Amino acid sequence: MGHTMIEKIIAHNVGHEVKPGDIVTVDVDYVMLDDIMMPFIVSKFKEMGFSKVWDPKKTVIICDHLVPASQVDDTRAYHISCDFAKEQEIPNLHRSDGICHQLMTEAGYVKPGHVVFGTDSHTTTYGCVGAFSSGIGYTEMASILGTGQLWIRVPSTIKVNITGKLPSNVMSKDVILKIIGDLTAAGATYKALEFTGDTVENMSVSSRMTMTNMAIEAGAKCGLFAPDEKTAEYCEIELDDFQKNLKGDDDAVYEQVLNYRAEDFVPVMAVPSNVDHCVPISEIGDVKVDQVFLGSCTNGRLEDLMAAAEVLKGKKIAPFVRFIVTPASRKVYQEALQNGTLDILLDAGADITHPSCGLCCGRTGGILTDGEVVVATNNRNFLGRMGTNKVNIYLASPKSAAMSALTGKISAAE
Amino acid sequence: MEKFTGKVWVMGDDIDTDIILPTEYLVFKTIDEMKPYAFSPLRQDIAKELKSGDIIVAGNNFGCGSSREQAPEVVKALGVKCVIAKSFARIFFRNAINNGLLLIENPDLADDIKEGDEITVTINEKIEYNGKEYPIVSLPDNLVEILDAGGLVKAMRRRNGLSD
Repeated sequence: MGHTMIEKIIAHNVGHEVKPGDIVTVDVDYVMLDDIMMPFIVSKFKEMGFSKVWDPKKTVIICDHLVPASQVDDTRAYHISCDFAKEQEIPNLHRSDGICHQLMTEAGYVKPGHVVFGTDSHTTTYGCVGAFSSGIGYTEMASILGTGQLWIRVPSTIKVNITGKLPSNVMSKDVILKIIGDLTAAGATYKALEFTGDTVENMSVSSRMTMTNMAIEAGAKCGLFAPDEKTAEYCEIELDDFQKNLKGDDDAVYEQVLNYRAEDFVPVMAVPSNVDHCVPISEIGDVKVDQVFLGSCTNGRLEDLMAAAEVLKGKKIAPFVRFIVTPASRKVYQEALQNGTLDILLDAGADITHPSCGLCCGRTGGILTDGEVVVATNNRNFLGRMGTNKVNIYLASPKSAAMSALTGKISAAE
Repeated sequence: MEKFTGKVWVMGDDIDTDIILPTEYLVFKTIDEMKPYAFSPLRQDIAKELKSGDIIVAGNNFGCGSSREQAPEVVKALGVKCVIAKSFARIFFRNAINNGLLLIENPDLADDIKEGDEITVTINEKIEYNGKEYPIVSLPDNLVEILDAGGLVKAMRRRNGLSD
């Protein structure tokens, strides 16, 4: 019998065949630790009686939630992060280079077939290059730092197969929002999502990242794309035999298969206040927009900024709209600066902020208040996520977000 | 089997970790400082009203969202004896077990229960409410080991030859 992608990755890691439901202990290829969890990770690590990290080279510490500081106590986490890196001789410390999930692949850590855990739920992102990656809490992270291992239950898989050509006003964000709407916020809990079909094969790695980033919003343990030539180019590697074979077998057993025709997708938004409240924008009606947020580990990459710039080139946003643009990393920022994208966005009326988690985690860079409406390209519209619990958050693609900034009301990309 | 009775607080589906504890309070140094803000986006006063030994009963997907372990820790610190839900989100489930917070899955109780009522739980066996019994599925062995040790920190201390 054949195997799904996640079964192959885990089998390769543990050295024997596995099936869904098996509980196994994996050797971890990389861990990602973010600043906001560092004080707790370090104290639990010490409390457990560990003194040395199992493998400093496999440990990556990223300051992104709390840089630059927005409150007086924020630099505490920064100092704890830097001190721990020094004490443990961890070479991979990012003091302010961008959002953790962008950096883990962009800076060259995660490769196809790796097993990676991070102290942030959107760690599912690295499935964009065919890695098994998932979020955990700080206590489990402390135990991995000490042992290099973690127990997991082998998940069953839901295959999402998409064929055909997407309409030009539809981005991968619309695709994943629709899938989450269909699956519901708990529809893939404890399970793996495997994305297949010529539509996703034609997507860039950046577009795939948007989808794996949001796999967690359906509750999934991980989201996976089979590595291909684009993956190899992005990761700057040649795929080895294991990586080349890293796709679901034709006779693999899937718990469920969802089939979509690309032509059926339309621009959508997740309306307040659940990510699975997916509605075609054409049905939302007349809603005035106070702010637009273009950024985050979901949609803060160069292609996202360029997609928005294409909508806004030579135009001005509605005068009452605040338009916050937060590149996902320093590299994205530089590339967007160099190719003129930031100029277009600035001319249109954007505020460009430093690369970080920023507004997405509701601590800085454009907090909103009661009754305000924000169209945002990030991954969560939970109650209170970007300010008070009476802020209305609509999640959208970069193109639809840019169109909404232009018109000053909720609008679909054209 | 351990048996306990507690007063119930009822919540709906998809109680996410931003509701359980908003991001702005994650930077506080201690869980105790975070306690007053638990569930504040949804129910401003519940953190004040929760008493030690109370039980939360919720719908599907309790604890969905971020990996913040402060969420189960703050629920435990408020004295909540256990959370009974139709289902739990994956990361929250692991985090709760690792901190010794008991979670119980049951598909029916949330539909029957009224806030303020009392229920009796017999661990790994059943919940009793209003003359009706709701069966409980027992946990896998590896999780029972962690719970038995009193959480993952204590389990690791044992591994490293340290006392509790």
